[in-house]
Amino acid sequence: MKLKVLYFAALREQVGIASEEIDLPREVTTLAGLRSHLTQRGDAWKSALAEGKLIRMAVNQDMAKPSAAIKAGDEVAFFPPVTGG
Amino acid sequence: MKVSVQVADFDAGAEIRALSRDPKVGAVASFIGVVREVAMTLEHYPGMTERALQKIVDEARGRWQVLDCTVIHRIGALKPTDQIVLVAVASGHRGDAFAACEFIMDYLKTQAPFWKKEAAGWVEARASDDKAAERWK
Repeated sequence: MKLKVLYFAALREQVGIASEEIDLPREVTTLAGLRSHLTQRGDAWKSALAEGKLIRMAVNQDMAKPSAAIKAGDEVAFFPPVTGG
Repeated sequence: MKVSVQVADFDAGAEIRALSRDPKVGAVASFIGVVREVAMTLEHYPGMTERALQKIVDEARGRWQVLDCTVIHRIGALKPTDQIVLVAVASGHRGDAFAACEFIMDYLKTQAPFWKKEAAGWVEARASDDKAAERWK
């Protein structure tokens, strides 16, 4: 299953990329699943995305919960809590 | 209703005057955020940011009488005393204008994907901003 993943702000700097196309194994079907899949890439990914680390996630440009379903073609984003205004 | 994410500065006076042209408008409440003390760079999520701001404005319109509304948020490099954000709400009466303006700012602070980076590093989100947004639930 192919989808697009974006990273912003401190999280982008930690993992070293702003965006990527990713081909996920079929068993990864939720945001939480994707997050845990990405932490297996190594230490930088583990520390940026580890469980308990306060991050926000979006699916197709709407904030979404860890349990949100993801499907082929989605645009998923990981980022720190926002600090605008 | 106008939502803009832009590098350029804005003319708050002109934006507010533009909201007062409808004779039904009896009140315009506005808020301007200004860079305090330390220079910063503002990053955003193109597409989602505009969408999130529009959703916040739509939510405000569902709760209060909002005849017109302007939200402008700047991105890029900003220095102390620069304007960052303008929220201006036109309504028939001040109660709705004040409430909608404050609501939009509180939600913007916790829901719109912007991130501030200073020379010392990324600015951490504040629990007090989450609390401010919570009270509208």
